[in-house]
Amino acid sequence: MIGSIVILLSFQLAGEVIARGFGLPIPGPVIGLVLLVAALWLRPALEDTMRPLTSTLLGHLSLLFVPAGTGIVGNLDTVRDSGLALLVVLVVSTALAIVAGAWVFAVLARRFAPEDGA
Amino acid sequence: MSEIWSYLSRGELVWLTATLVAYLCGDWAFRASGRSPLVNPVLVAVLILSGVLMVTGTSYPTYFEGAQFVHFMLGPATVALALPLWAHRGRVARVLVPMAAALLVGSVVAMGSALALGWGLGLPMDVLVSLAPKSATAPVAIGITEELGGLPNLTAVLVILTGIIGAIIVTPLLNGLGFTDYRARGFAVGVAAHGIGTARAFQVNEVAGTFSGIGMGLNAVLTAVLAPVVVRLFL
Repeated sequence: MIGSIVILLSFQLAGEVIARGFGLPIPGPVIGLVLLVAALWLRPALEDTMRPLTSTLLGHLSLLFVPAGTGIVGNLDTVRDSGLALLVVLVVSTALAIVAGAWVFAVLARRFAPEDGA
Repeated sequence: MSEIWSYLSRGELVWLTATLVAYLCGDWAFRASGRSPLVNPVLVAVLILSGVLMVTGTSYPTYFEGAQFVHFMLGPATVALALPLWAHRGRVARVLVPMAAALLVGSVVAMGSALALGWGLGLPMDVLVSLAPKSATAPVAIGITEELGGLPNLTAVLVILTGIIGAIIVTPLLNGLGFTDYRARGFAVGVAAHGIGTARAFQVNEVAGTFSGIGMGLNAVLTAVLAPVVVRLFL
């Protein structure tokens, strides 16, 4: 378990160093993700080692957003002034983005790669 | 009693524990509701904690001193998405074209529709700028807002609200429209509603979760590139 934590942190660290070192607009953890995929390709045995930790972490992904979400208490002025308009904007634009993305994906996937029974 | 409280309320331990307890309550409520998307664990936890902070008169920075340990794990969790991606690599490789197209369309629609609608409803300029990167994952969106001259704290809240809204509406919305391809459903919610959408997708099934994680990662990058362009076009 400790070994898996060290692996995750090391890849994130490598990602941050690369992102900052080259001034890339890509977030460090996303680069770390790509590097870890490359490492899994080189050493497939890593998958079994890391599964217990990553399953636990991803199974409780929601928890990690709670501190940032609670920041709403620091923005009550904006909520009071523009709360309803903001809510309308967020609901409509998020719904549009989900439908547009799913529609484009589904139409093209039907042509290029029919569903594989998943 | 009040001495104990004045010691504890300054300490990190209280707010770290409170964050975990609030999440457990949210998770319990979600399960008790028969896993209804309406009872979103993040929403329940945020409501509980906001109430507690207001009642006790605790400032957000004080709360965050303790909660930062949980917030920090967002980075390692993003790296951890490599595992489901690797496990489903064959499935992912076959849909590179649909993914690229859906990413571009989903990302532009998310930003463009939010700015157009917000402008139409008369939102102030700094709020509009803070709104633009709302579909990207929190740390990325905050960085974008800082660069464009928006309000970073407001962006953090708008990002989380977007995620909660996406996680609540995605299942009934796409069921209603008859979308059955879990690759498309997961990917679209990851692009539009980042990690909270991805957490919801993993609640539904692992294929949806995997594609959602990819959508979230790719849109973090694309939003960083497109947001300055779209904001300049609109404002």
